[in-house]
Amino acid sequence: MTTSTRPAYLRGANIGLVILGGIVGVALREGLSLTIPAVDRVPVVIPVVNVLGAFILGFLYEALTRLKPDADVVSRLKLLIGTGFCGGLTTYSSLATDTAVLIDDTRYDVAALYALGTVVVGALATFLGIVAATKLHAPDDRKVAS
Amino acid sequence: MTLGEFALLIIAGGVGAGVRYVVDGAIKARTTSAFPWSTSIINMSGSLLLGILTGLLASRIASTEVGAIIGTGFLGGYTTFSTASYEAVQLVREKKYGTAFAYGVGILVVSIALAYAGYRWGASV
Repeated sequence: MTTSTRPAYLRGANIGLVILGGIVGVALREGLSLTIPAVDRVPVVIPVVNVLGAFILGFLYEALTRLKPDADVVSRLKLLIGTGFCGGLTTYSSLATDTAVLIDDTRYDVAALYALGTVVVGALATFLGIVAATKLHAPDDRKVAS
Repeated sequence: MTLGEFALLIIAGGVGAGVRYVVDGAIKARTTSAFPWSTSIINMSGSLLLGILTGLLASRIASTEVGAIIGTGFLGGYTTFSTASYEAVQLVREKKYGTAFAYGVGILVVSIALAYAGYRWGASV
């Protein structure tokens, strides 16, 4: 199989961009985890990075849709910042496992607040990211508007 | 945490993200459903594995260093909340409220149940 017929997700350059962004995202998450202590045995950094990453991803995808850079630039930025950085910064496995441990400790109210709170506030953050990016305009659109 | 452990953790995280990208692409190439199955499968499997690992940490079978590198690093990079949130919001924007709820809350509940089962199993070993 030659490189040209290989699907995008099996191309080394694409995987490399995801790994690179992932390393930076995971480094930021772990750096914050080491800096900010858990509150009452709840790792507050996890919901914070999840909500932050949800905002950035919403902003990124909408910004790329609006600014319409070159297709190659779009795909590379999505892989580096979206799939890589935001994916590495945020974590679903910790959300689920932290909640499972809270349930095991019979702290049901904290578990429900933690899990549902993250999903609801996260969705809100994604939406706000999209809204924030709608303020951006492609250079061509601006010319027409002015 | 030593600098070496931190370096291993973030590299494991990068590899986890790379594995997620390949698994996501492989699943998307084989499914046509409007439901975001690829992210769902990634997050559910990662939650089960982190649950098992956290249980093994509780039963002192896994060391905290291994737990941090594989759990916080690899599985943290492998699973993603941001994409799950974006896909749920997209379903809401497309007015597919039932699917959005099934995805946003249903997959969350299943992932927690898998993490819980894994945790109990790992802690009992």
